[in-house]
Amino acid sequence: MGMTMTQKILADHAGREQISAGELIEAQLDLVLGNDVTTPVALPEFKRMGATEVFDREKVVIVPDHFTPNKDILSAEHCKQIREFAVEQDLENYFEVGEMGIEHALLPEKGLVVPGDVIIGADSHTCTYGALGAFSTGVGSTDMAVGMALGKTWFKVPEAQQFKLTGKMRPWVTGKDVILHIIGMIGVDGARYQSMEFTGDGVANLTMDDRFTMANMAIEAGAKNGIFPVDDKTLAYVKDHSTKNYKVYEADEDADYEQVHEIDLSTIPLTVAFPHLPENTRPVSEAGDVKVDQVIIGSCTNGRMDDLRMTAKILKGKKVAKHLRCIIFPGTQKIYLEAVREGLAEIFVEAGAVFSTPTCGPCLGGHMGILAKGERAVSTTNRNFVGRMGHPESEIYLASPAVAAASAITGKISSPENL
Amino acid sequence: MIAHGKAFVYGNNVDTDVIIPARYLNNSDPAALASHCMEDIDAAFITEVAQGDVIVAGKNFGCGSSREHAPLAIKVAGVSCVIAETFARIFYRNAINIGLPILECPEAVKEIKKGDQLEVDFAAGTITNKTQGKTYETQPFPPFIQAIVEADGLVGWAKKELEGKA
Repeated sequence: MGMTMTQKILADHAGREQISAGELIEAQLDLVLGNDVTTPVALPEFKRMGATEVFDREKVVIVPDHFTPNKDILSAEHCKQIREFAVEQDLENYFEVGEMGIEHALLPEKGLVVPGDVIIGADSHTCTYGALGAFSTGVGSTDMAVGMALGKTWFKVPEAQQFKLTGKMRPWVTGKDVILHIIGMIGVDGARYQSMEFTGDGVANLTMDDRFTMANMAIEAGAKNGIFPVDDKTLAYVKDHSTKNYKVYEADEDADYEQVHEIDLSTIPLTVAFPHLPENTRPVSEAGDVKVDQVIIGSCTNGRMDDLRMTAKILKGKKVAKHLRCIIFPGTQKIYLEAVREGLAEIFVEAGAVFSTPTCGPCLGGHMGILAKGERAVSTTNRNFVGRMGHPESEIYLASPAVAAASAITGKISSPENL
Repeated sequence: MIAHGKAFVYGNNVDTDVIIPARYLNNSDPAALASHCMEDIDAAFITEVAQGDVIVAGKNFGCGSSREHAPLAIKVAGVSCVIAETFARIFYRNAINIGLPILECPEAVKEIKKGDQLEVDFAAGTITNKTQGKTYETQPFPPFIQAIVEADGLVGWAKKELEGKA
């Protein structure tokens, strides 16, 4: 029987010709990732198993991005612990504040991820790298610790659902709308334990940033990973960013999919997910009159150049609504600098928005934009769970940068079409 | 091992942000994490929970963030096991890795009420609802996962691997 793209990558890393869904395998890892929240929990486990050094000083990546720049003393202590570990282990890829970025925007940009890699990261959005045709998945801290020590881990081989994309998206519609639409369609556990494999002619109409956004949110449908085929756009991206060897895998023609969904991209509307689950989606045109207190644009989901350019296009020459806070945070220092050079930063500040250093802060209610009781945010992040961005009685509406920027101007959930 | 305790019952899609909100993740001390366990959906949980109690929930328990702080907070709060209709995959893995027993049993989830006295026999894979006088069978873990559990979690398994290399 044929294998899916994910299964072929896993088989190769397990030294096997053929594997099938449900099997438990041991696979070699190309990269192991952690951040300032998950690594401090991994370090005592690393010691407890008797490990003294990481399996490869170039393949363990640590990025302090969640509560940085250090938000309080406890966070500072965590960051100090992981910095000391990085120094002790002489890690090549530890990225300090000043050169860092939000991990899932940073790793592809630094060329650390290439097609065909197998990657685990102690962060659920590690699935982002599927955009580059890699297998990557989120794990916990103990898995990270074991991965750092052994350079391998165990996986249950996933089944897959195929999403056959055709057509081209309408104006203003982006990868964020597509993935929200899909999550709305299949639910937050719709692909639980499975791969989401995106295929079809429509893939060519998605930019790399669209693909990063879509793969990033595969976890919000419960998926183990989301993955895109490698095409000219992928190879151009890899050439621009990396010197690592890569390998292109393709699903077998007779690969077995648990479900096949056919999606015409031209039918997807601007989409918003209402509280408190990413599956509660509606077209923006049916959102009704929802007043907004804060707009967040950025994160590992939507903090890339496409996102900032779209935001600037909408905010240019306009002002954010009276009493509304609009906070824009880029994915990485490089993106920050590009935004400055292109004049986007100026547009943001003149519109009355905050343009922040890269951080995960507001997305998970850490710092840099917490919501009070009863407040509402439109956010380009990935989760709208109860209390995710602050008070348990606050509300989050997930949307694209275009919808978020339009909402920042009008003060209520809005479409850029109506500005 | 046999666990005894009362049931705390929740719905579908209990996410790791409500199990342990991110605002407390600046502290990795297990006891500190446990003191805020379930706070955003059930503020009374932490005052009512006793050693051996059981969390019972619907579909996709533990969805969202990969934070291992979530199963850790549940375990250190005194919970002996979580019974759910289904688990989100990262939570499932993390629970096994840190030695928090978890069981998938949709039939039991449907019928257990808050406060019911439960007895869970992990070796036999049975859940007994002593309040209602009903017993449920569950699927045992696959052998590989059983081996991780028997090696005292993933760290024990990795320790053996490291010793094998030396």
